Amino acid sequence: MSASTLVDQMKRGLDAPICLTWELTYACNLECVHCLSSSGRRDPRELTTDEAKAVLDELRALQVFYINIGGGEPMVRRDFFELVEYAIGNDIGVKFSTNGAFIDADKARRLAAMDYLDIQISLDGTDAVTNDAVRGEGSYDLARRAMDHLADAGFGPFKISVVVTRHNVDQLDEFKALADGYGAQLRVTRLRPSGRGAESWHDLHPTNAQQRQIYEWLLAHGEDVLTGDSFFHLNALGESLPGLNMCGAGRVVCLIDPIGDVYACPFVIHDQFKAGSVRDAGGFTAVWRESELFTSLREPESAGACASCGSYDACQGGCMAAKFFTGLPLDGPDPECVSGHGEAALLAVSSAPRPMMDHSKPGRASTSVPGATQLVTLTRK
Amino acid sequence: MLDRPLGLHERVALRPEPFGALAYHYGTRRLVFLKHPDVVRVVGSLDQHPTVRAALESCGIAEDRWPAFCGALTSLCESEMLHERVDTC
Repeated sequence: MSASTLVDQMKRGLDAPICLTWELTYACNLECVHCLSSSGRRDPRELTTDEAKAVLDELRALQVFYINIGGGEPMVRRDFFELVEYAIGNDIGVKFSTNGAFIDADKARRLAAMDYLDIQISLDGTDAVTNDAVRGEGSYDLARRAMDHLADAGFGPFKISVVVTRHNVDQLDEFKALADGYGAQLRVTRLRPSGRGAESWHDLHPTNAQQRQIYEWLLAHGEDVLTGDSFFHLNALGESLPGLNMCGAGRVVCLIDPIGDVYACPFVIHDQFKAGSVRDAGGFTAVWRESELFTSLREPESAGACASCGSYDACQGGCMAAKFFTGLPLDGPDPECVSGHGEAALLAVSSAPRPMMDHSKPGRASTSVPGATQLVTLTRK
Repeated sequence: MLDRPLGLHERVALRPEPFGALAYHYGTRRLVFLKHPDVVRVVGSLDQHPTVRAALESCGIAEDRWPAFCGALTSLCESEMLHERVDTC
């Protein structure tokens, strides 16, 4: 069977996800301007420890080999270690994303003693000025301190996770050097207009010239740098980047949010992409296998407005979430289409869907946009 | 390859899928796709046979396909999904 038919098979969906992201809490000590889940305040409906363990039991039965835990800041949860240990004890490997604020010397030693655990520390600049402009004052120092603690504890190769923006794209070599210095692995991912990123995206996303810069840098570094397969829209520039080159939403990936709702991917927290809840009868398994939304995402997609473009096979029309939250049709070009079709399409957009489940802390400028009051009311019901 | 006593590494799990199976190595954390149900059957039966040849025969794999299977098994050995058993008779 050739690689292309394998991808066709994956597009029709797997029996269980390969890569499942689970945001454990909407609570966070930081307020990053591009937060995908608009995190800040804890949701009172958060899954309990017992409910979370029941989900892990189900994932074990489904043979989900590993999960990506995030948030919010997952280490805020009091049962964080209990859940991680429960997962690992059930043969579910854990990679968790953290801003590092709660990794002191003690916690670093505890984490280092655990087998089958990956840690990913978020950093969006190789200096405090660049990083803190996006992730908040003091966040650079917190992240670096956590990395130092992990290195001192002998954790081994943790990951440094970077969202590439207009302002840090010139630091890619420095990020790599920083990771190499720690014996860490560098992971760079694409900025999405999701969550609070819906507002900041327009100022932060890389320019068209920078996209080529990212593409060439990634090609030069190959599989040495992880990307979560997030840059496949750049494949229209030439040779394909490593990875599956497909949108995995609802096919091989999905998101479980802190209150147990299941979305097609971590970048589409919106009712239109909500497949169900782990609290529904049938649990996660029924949502994954039978939900109307996931079934429809596994049907062949139409190239739509991109059908006449010679690059469609390479870029697959790009990212569903990026299109959705910039108000573009899902069967048209990605807003960052390297041929410029997205830029042109954006000019015709009059309004874009608002992200839902806003858990931003009160007083943020972002909550003063039209419609936000109603959203806040909804999340409090 | 045909005379080797191979087996699935004890830290590898197979998960059936419509196209074949996923093999995941808990030690190296590598994920590999077994892209044909026949490959899955052969891999799953290696432990019960003294050699690769015996496993292929018992799974009813036609001899003209053996080179392709040996190629697939070699790459699974390289990724440490399979290893040589020491408990062979």
